[in-house]
This record gives sequence, structure tokens and C-alpha cells, in this order.
Amino acid sequence: MGANELLSWARGPGFDIALIIFVGGMLLRLLEILALGKKPDLSPPRGSGPKGGVETILTRMLPRKSIFDKEPLRIINGYVLHIGFFTVLFLYGPHIVLFESFLGFGWPALPSGMIDAASAITIVSLGVALALRLNNKVVRFLSTKDDYIAWAITLLPVLTGYMAYNHLVASYTMMLALHLLSVELLMVLAPFTKLTHMFSFAMARWYQGYQAGRRGVES
Amino acid sequence: MDDLTLSERLRQRGVSRRGFMKFCAATASMMALPPMMIPKIAAALEQARRPSVIWLSFQECTGCTESLTRSHAPSIEGLIFDHISLDYHHTLQAAAGDAAEHAREEAMKAHWGEYLLVVDGSIPLGENGNFSAIAGISNLEMLKEVAEGAAAIISVGTCAAYGGLPMANPNPTGAASVEQIITDKPIVNVPGCPPIPTVITGVLAHFLTFGRLPELDHLRRPKVFFGQNIHDRCYRRPFYERGQFAETFDDEGARKGWCLFKLGCKGPTTHNACATARWNQGTSWPVESGHGCIGCSEPGFWDAGGFYRPLSLPHTDVGETILTAGAAGIAIGAAAAVLNRKTKSDAVSNREVITIKDLEKES
Repeated sequence: MGANELLSWARGPGFDIALIIFVGGMLLRLLEILALGKKPDLSPPRGSGPKGGVETILTRMLPRKSIFDKEPLRIINGYVLHIGFFTVLFLYGPHIVLFESFLGFGWPALPSGMIDAASAITIVSLGVALALRLNNKVVRFLSTKDDYIAWAITLLPVLTGYMAYNHLVASYTMMLALHLLSVELLMVLAPFTKLTHMFSFAMARWYQGYQAGRRGVES
Repeated sequence: MDDLTLSERLRQRGVSRRGFMKFCAATASMMALPPMMIPKIAAALEQARRPSVIWLSFQECTGCTESLTRSHAPSIEGLIFDHISLDYHHTLQAAAGDAAEHAREEAMKAHWGEYLLVVDGSIPLGENGNFSAIAGISNLEMLKEVAEGAAAIISVGTCAAYGGLPMANPNPTGAASVEQIITDKPIVNVPGCPPIPTVITGVLAHFLTFGRLPELDHLRRPKVFFGQNIHDRCYRRPFYERGQFAETFDDEGARKGWCLFKLGCKGPTTHNACATARWNQGTSWPVESGHGCIGCSEPGFWDAGGFYRPLSLPHTDVGETILTAGAAGIAIGAAAAVLNRKTKSDAVSNREVITIKDLEKES
């Protein structure tokens, strides 16, 4: 199969399959979690549950001093990784075209040189994340196959995108095809790995914050 | 007249030595050859005798012929084109019917093993090749017959090189490209819909100078012309880098000459020389005139998802797929939830109560 055919498949049936699994799978997982439900809390509330929920969703975006002091590099790297990934995903012109196609509105793009730098930083940051995982005995012991798969399928789209833009290893057409295929792999596996957190983080934080808020304690 | 060398012929046409050397220099630079090759090109071209060329047109629209013979006339390139002995070309030749076919047979006999075969158009394989025939001979049969005695084959245009429009889905005639049928001859593809005139004269000049075909890429295209993609050589590239795109063909961005990526430009995945060689004697080229590249020199470009669909969009509508997938996800999710609840309630009702008595019994 040539680069052109591969690209055509990735933009055609490949993307459709991946999108169906991603959207369907993600809804399935989230619904499953929601449907577990919880027993009614009969005690009189001592604070506001919803207020605690919203607060926790927001405050968990910020580092806690006690944790930050223990491992500053891990926390900083987490921010670099997430901000870098979001910059590349949401502020690159050709990506915005895709979001615009189903959202109906777009937003200004960053110059591609900056995106190029952001992807390089993201790739380095993913390397640091892996090094941190392997260098800490406890974290390494707790790591499962799932963690390494999640790491790899996050790295691949950024790496192939960077390589396509910079004309590395293969022709642009081939690297673009591989880039799309790696994104499709991410979409297919995301609902069934810990990458589900891209959506479930809000649910989990809401639950924690709601419980704490209702009891009038800090979450 | 047939025995004249190229330099004699050019002089006869009033082309000065200076003009000829300028052409040689331009050819050398176009083909990315070092300057010291210019005298070699000049010497080789001066001594070159008319090579016999047989041009076969199959499932095509004659656009390639239009491009190659008309757009640059009259020019030195045109004279070079004159210089080859075009022994058979059913659009251009004066002869018709049996006389035309005789001309082809005679040329084949006289130059067996030495003539160049140029093909434009794809070859239908469906219904035993009966979708297209010339003088009662099917395209497939004629191609095989003429290719056998050819020194080399030049597939001109995307149809001959990769199947082109006739091969586009659903390919009703079972169209195939030359390289899918002929596998034992040197083949060079000069794709494009149509290809740039200077590219074909460049390939011919290379063949006359060195007696062999130029260096080719993995799709058998001459690297000198197809080595880079349109996007990398596009003068609008800085706008892409800055994230400035025309949204429609007549908006502010379009008037300012911004990047045409959002309007479906296939420049990033298209290898051709349009951005550097340009068209109509260097006047302009598609992107310069405000239309995105359609990727016409790439295999399967007709089925590559629509000319006006941005490269970063999938072929089908994302919105509909999301809705369908969403509905399916909710349905399966609900089923899974019911199943989970059942498992939970079954576990509760089937739970065996263990008393202290039971434990004591075991010990």
C-alpha cells in the first residue's frame, strides 16, 4: 500500500471506525460509571454539595504545596505535558479546521513554529514522565501494561506530527498518514485505558467535592 | 531533412548559438545538473539525431497533448519537441486510417529496440480490453505490441502513469496504468492533469543527452521535477506558518493572498514542479491564481476525498458519525448498566450467610 492509499484510508474508513469506537466507547464507559449510582445520603447536609463539587473540579487543577514540595519535577512535568499537548492539539491551524467542521466555529491558530516548539517540548516531557516512572521503585512496581500503553499512544501522535512537519524519516504524505493512524489508535484505545480521564476527571472530582462539600469539610 | 542534427536545425530556424546555449544552461539548471554539464548537454544535443517517437493515446482527454504542444509554442522547447521524429500521434499526424497505422508499423520496424514510446491515457482491461480500440486493435494489445520494441516508455499524464480519471471509483472500464501492464521496460512517469510542458521536454533532453532516463523517485517520477512538494515551494507558505488562511474564495484573506489550506489545497501531499516551473511560460500557476492545488500528479487523486475538503478533515462528515456513535454508545452503555445492576443484585440475593457455627464446624 502506497503513502497516498494509506492516507486515503486513514482519512476515510479508518477515521470513521476510530471515531465510532471513541465516542461510543467513551459514552459507554462514562454511563457505566454513572449507573453504579450511590446510596441515598440521609444525613442532614452541613454544607453545599454542588458548591464543593465545582470547587474541587477547579482547585484540583492547582498543585498542593505538601505534594509539590515532595516531588516538584513530577508536578511541573505534568503541567508541561498537559499544556504542551493541548497547545498542539487545539491551537494548530489544520487541527482547528477539524474541530470547526463539527463545532461550527473556529478560533485563531498559533504560528506553526510555536506549535513545532510545543510538540518538541511535549515529546521531551513525555520522556521525562517515563523516566520518572521507571526511576521510582514504588511507581515502577505499581505500573501496569496499561500505563505504558497509555504513554505510548499519547507519544505517537505528537511524535509523528512533529516528524511530518519537519520532513523526518519518511515523506510528508507517509508521515501524515502515520500521524492520522496514530491518532486513530489513540481514539480507539482511549476509552479502554486510563486515558478515559480526559473526560472522567471532572466526574471523579465532582463526586469527591460533592461528598466533602455536603459534609462541610475540605476535599 | 531527417538527417539534420539539432544544431543545424536550430540554425535553420534562426536560433542563434547564444540562444541555444541559454537553452542548454536553463535545461541544466532545471534538472539540477552542475554548470560543467552545460557544454556536455550542448555537445550531445548538437549531435543528436532525430529519435523516433511513437505516441499512443488511450483513455484520455487530449489535455496532455494540448499542454505539451500548444502552451509554449513557438519556443526553443517547442523546437526541441519538433526535433524528435514523432512518427505516430493520432491527434497530430496528417495521415488517417490505414496510412496512419502503416506509419506506426514502419517506424517500429525501422527503429526496433530504439524508439521512445510515449503513452497518454489509461488502458481498459475490463471486457477483454474492448472498451477502447484504435483501428480495430484494443488499447491493451497495441500497448503490448509497441512496448516490445521500445527503448523506453514515457507515461505522460496521470492517466497513463497511475490510472487517473478513468480509474477513479468505481472504475467502470477496469482502467489500468502503463506500469501495471508493462513490467520489463524502463518506464518514466510524468504525471499531472496535464503535466507541465517543460517537464516532458526536460525528460526528452535528458534522454537525448545521456542516452538514459533521469533519476526517478519511488513512483517513477523524475526527481528533479517531482522531488519536492508544492507546499514546501509555495510562495504562500509564510501565511500557513503564521496561521493565516483564506476561509472562502472571496474573503479578505483570499484577497490578501493567504494560504488556501482551508479551501482544500493539497499542496502538502503533492509532488510537482508547478510552484517553481509555473505554467504558460512562467506566467502563473493554480495557487497563484487563487485556487488550491488539487494534487493532480499523485496516484488516486480523484478519490482523495474531494478537491475542496481540507487535508486535515476526514472524507465523511464528522458530525453525523459522532451522533450515530453517540446513540450506539448510550444504548450499549444502558445495557451494560442494567447488566451490572443485575450482577450486583444477584450477588446480594445469592450471598451465603456464614455464622460462627459454620466457622467452628470447619476448624
